[in-house]
Amino acid sequence: MSNGLIDFVLVSVALLAIGIYGLAVKRNAIRMLFGVEMVVNSANLNLVAFSRYIPNSQGQTLALFSIAIAAAEVAVGLALVIVAYRMYKNIDIADFRSLKG
Amino acid sequence: MADAVFLALSVLTIGCAIVALEIRSLIYGSIALMLTLSGIAGFFLLLDAPFVAMFQLSVYVGSIAVLILFTVMLVRRELIFNKIEDKRRRYAGIGLMIALMLTIGTIIIGSGIKTMETNSSAIDYKKIGEDFLTYYSPALIVMALILASSIVGALALAKREDVENEQRTD
Repeated sequence: MSNGLIDFVLVSVALLAIGIYGLAVKRNAIRMLFGVEMVVNSANLNLVAFSRYIPNSQGQTLALFSIAIAAAEVAVGLALVIVAYRMYKNIDIADFRSLKG
Repeated sequence: MADAVFLALSVLTIGCAIVALEIRSLIYGSIALMLTLSGIAGFFLLLDAPFVAMFQLSVYVGSIAVLILFTVMLVRRELIFNKIEDKRRRYAGIGLMIALMLTIGTIIIGSGIKTMETNSSAIDYKKIGEDFLTYYSPALIVMALILASSIVGALALAKREDVENEQRTD
């Protein structure tokens, strides 16, 4: 195996930084969900990479749990986007400021 | 050092992540996000974790892609192509991204994991399945309940008919 652990961790850091950029800059609610996906996936990549190099099977187990929870989170997030779109006829998060219940 | 497959996968993953955030159309953006997630699945295959890779493909590229594409199609057409953002905020975000990459990158390169190599054989996926059914079985049941309840909650949220009329007054 020619790839070291550091290569995978650096790719994961790059993906994390891009995801945080998307979360900080974008005002489109769906694009912010894209950013959340990238952050979660960089965490999963880290888990699997460390579980390969330590080596230990628990990292892969935790990654599987994390993927499933992320799927549930995306389902709820997209439902929230649809509800907010019906309320405000827009998906710009600057319009959601009066979302107080 | 990294080999050619790794380099190609990382270029695909990082490039598609940038495209997903920056391209005008949300539909192409979601397709690029799916390419990013497939690239992550390729990394899992490189790390000798075929079970996690297949799980990633079936969950993300299979179900979440369809979910995101349907949500994008439910939104009005001009909102899909609309790109609203602050110029100053954008530059600050790019600065934040580069600062994060540099700081965490230097910390990681300076740390001890640079020389970490492995000679051990890959973990058998049968071991993971055994773990799931023995030690982690309560957690598996709780995860199944969380998934089911979140899907039901998402359906209940998206199906609400009254939200439209409440906001018409103001």
